[in-house]
Amino acid sequence: MVPTNYYVILSAVLFGLGVIAFIFKRNIISIFMSIELMLNAVNLAFVAFSQSKGNLDGQVFVLFVIIVAAAEAAVGLGIIILIARNRQSLNVERVDLLKL
Amino acid sequence: MIDFLTNFLSGHADLIITLVKIILLVFIALTVNAYLTWFERKMVAHIQSRWGPHRVGPHGLLQPAADGLKFLFKEDPTPAGVDKFVYYLAPLLALTLSLTSLAVIPFGPDPIHLFGRDIYLSVSPPDLNIGLLVLFAITALSVYGVALAGWSSNSKYPLLGGLRSSAQMISYELAMTLSVVGVLLMANSFNLSDIIKAQAAHPERGIFGWNIWPQVIGFFCFFTAAIAETNRAPFDLPEAESELVAGFHTEYASFKFAMFFIAEYTSMITVSCLCTIMFFGGWLSPFPASWHFAYYLPSLILIPSGIWVMWDGIRYETIWGRIVLPGIGAVIALMGIALIVLPHSVNDYIQAPFWFLSKVFGFLFFYVWMRGTLPRLRYDQLMAFGWKLLLPVSIANVIATSFVIIIYPYVQHWFSRGGP
Amino acid sequence: MTPQLVIFFVLATLAVAGALSLILQKHPIHSALSLIVVMVALAGLYLLLGAEFVAAVQIIVYGGAIMVLFVFVIMLLNAGIEEHTNFSKLAGYAGVPLGIALTGFIAAAIARSTDSVQAATTGGNIASTRQISTMIFKEFVYPFELTSFLILVAIMGAIVLAQREK
Repeated sequence: MVPTNYYVILSAVLFGLGVIAFIFKRNIISIFMSIELMLNAVNLAFVAFSQSKGNLDGQVFVLFVIIVAAAEAAVGLGIIILIARNRQSLNVERVDLLKL
Repeated sequence: MIDFLTNFLSGHADLIITLVKIILLVFIALTVNAYLTWFERKMVAHIQSRWGPHRVGPHGLLQPAADGLKFLFKEDPTPAGVDKFVYYLAPLLALTLSLTSLAVIPFGPDPIHLFGRDIYLSVSPPDLNIGLLVLFAITALSVYGVALAGWSSNSKYPLLGGLRSSAQMISYELAMTLSVVGVLLMANSFNLSDIIKAQAAHPERGIFGWNIWPQVIGFFCFFTAAIAETNRAPFDLPEAESELVAGFHTEYASFKFAMFFIAEYTSMITVSCLCTIMFFGGWLSPFPASWHFAYYLPSLILIPSGIWVMWDGIRYETIWGRIVLPGIGAVIALMGIALIVLPHSVNDYIQAPFWFLSKVFGFLFFYVWMRGTLPRLRYDQLMAFGWKLLLPVSIANVIATSFVIIIYPYVQHWFSRGGP
Repeated sequence: MTPQLVIFFVLATLAVAGALSLILQKHPIHSALSLIVVMVALAGLYLLLGAEFVAAVQIIVYGGAIMVLFVFVIMLLNAGIEEHTNFSKLAGYAGVPLGIALTGFIAAAIARSTDSVQAATTGGNIASTRQISTMIFKEFVYPFELTSFLILVAIMGAIVLAQREK
C-alpha cells in the first residue's frame, strides 16, 4: 500500500505548481488552466483521505468539485471570449484598466 | 538458461498472457479493419449498381493489401507552418484510443483452461466493474484527435471541419451516454459481462429476453448517436469529400491518413460490439435453450457457405481465382465439418463467440447499408437533431425506465396469471 | 518496491511533469495538452486509490468536456504564443524561489501532520458505484439538487455572455 502521505505531498506539489503558473503566466487562458490544476490537486487530496478514512464522503465531494469546476469553466471562458472581443488581446497585462 | 526462462514465464504468466492477448487483438482488429474496407466498397458499389474492386485478386480480395502498400510507400508531406508536435500527435491519439477501446469488450463468457490458468476472452479482466464507463471515457477523449488535427493543419478548411466535427461529437456524446442508462438500470452493473448475464436470466425466452424489447427507444437513440459519434454517414458532413474538401484530415497524407481511417473503422467495430452487448444479448443465442438443433447452426452455416465459395470459385474468370477461391471455400467447409467431428466441448465453446461475431457483423452490415442508402444531414440539421430530438428522447427513456423498474414489484402479479 | 509503489511513482512523475510543462510552454494549446496529461495521470492515481467511479468521471467530464471547452476557446480565439513583456526582473528572480518555498512549506507541513494517518490496511477497498450513488441520493441529495440548479444558471450565463451584440 502506498502511504497516504505520498498522495498528499503530491497534491501539495501540484497545488504549488498551480500557484506558480497562476502568478507567472500572462495569457488569460493559461491562468484559467492553472486554476483547474489547483482544483485537481485538491481533488487528489480528497480522494486520498477518503481512502485512508474508509468512508466515501471524500469521493462524493470530489464529484461536486468537478461539477462546480465545469460550471465555472463555462462561465469563465464566456467572460474570456468577451474580453478578447473587446480588448483584442489575451494578455492580462493589457487588461488592467477599466477604460478600454 | 532454459529454466531461467521457464521461471520467468511462470512467475509473470499473467503479464505474458495479457501481452499475447493484446498482440492477437491488435492483429485481428487491423485485419478485420482492412477487410471491412473491402466489404464496404463492394457493398456500396453493389447498392449503386456497379462492381466494386474486382481486379486486384479474386473478387478484389487483395485490394486492402494494395491499399496498405500504397499507404506505406506514398510520399508523406508535412505542410509548412503546422505545429509539429500537435500535427503528429493527433492521428496517433485517434488510433491508440480506438484500439484501446477494444480491450474491454468480452468476446465470450467461458475461459479457456490452458497451462492450469483460466484465460478469458477479453484483454481486460472479466470483473472490471466500470467496463462501460471506460468505453465512454475513451470516446470522450477521442474528440481531441479530431479537434487537434483540424487546428494543427494551419489551414481554413481543416480548422472549420475539425471544429464542426468535434462539436458534433461532443453533442452526440450526451445522447449516447444517456440512452444507455436504461440498460444499466436493468442490469444493475457497468460490467459488460454482467449486462449480458442479466439478459440471460430467462434462457427459455431466447430472443425475447434481450434488452432490445424493453429498450427499443434506447437502442435507436444509442445507435443514431453512435453513428454521429463515429462521423459516419448520414452524419459525415464534416468529412465528406464534396463538402469541406475532406474536413479535418485534409492535410494528412499517406500513413497519417491511414491512421485516421483505421481509427474510424475500429470505432465502428467497437460501437457494433457495444450495441450487440447492450441491446442484442451479446453472446446469447436467439433460440431458447431447449432447442438443441441450434447447437449445430455454426456448422450448418459454414458448410454450405464453403461449398458455395468453392462452386463460385471454380467458375471464376482468372486462373488465380480458380485456385484461391476453391481453397478458401474448402477451408471454410472444413472448419464447419471439424465442428461436428471434434468432441462436443469444442462446439459448445464456439457457440458464444459465433453468435457474438455474427451479431457484430450484422451491425457492420447495417452501418455500411446506411452509408450506401441515406443522404447526409446538413450541419445545422445535424446539431438540431442531436440537441432537440435525441437528448430529450434519451432523458424520457431514462425516466420511463426508472418508473417501470420502481412500479414493477407492485404490479408484478398482473403478469403472472397462468404461467410460471 | 511493491508494484503499487512503482505505479504511484510513475503516475506522480507524469503528473508533475505535466504541471511543469504547463508552466514552461509558451503556446496555450501545449499548456492545455499538458493539463490533459495531468488529469489522466490523476485518474490513474484515483484508480490506484480504489476510486474507480471518480476516475472514470474525471476522464469523461474533466478530460473529455471541460478541457475540450478550453481547447475550443484557444482555437477560436487564435491564441498565439505569449508575448514577452519586460516587467520587473525582481519578480522573476525572487518569485520562483519563493513559489518553490511556498510549495515546500505546504508539503512539509502536511507531511508532518499526516504522518499518523495510516493508509487503509484493507487493501483492495474498491468503492463501488452503487455505494457512491446511494450516498449522493440519500445524504447529499440537497447539494446534488443545488448543483443541478448551479449548472442551469451557468448555462444561462454562458449563453448570455457569448451572444453577439445586436
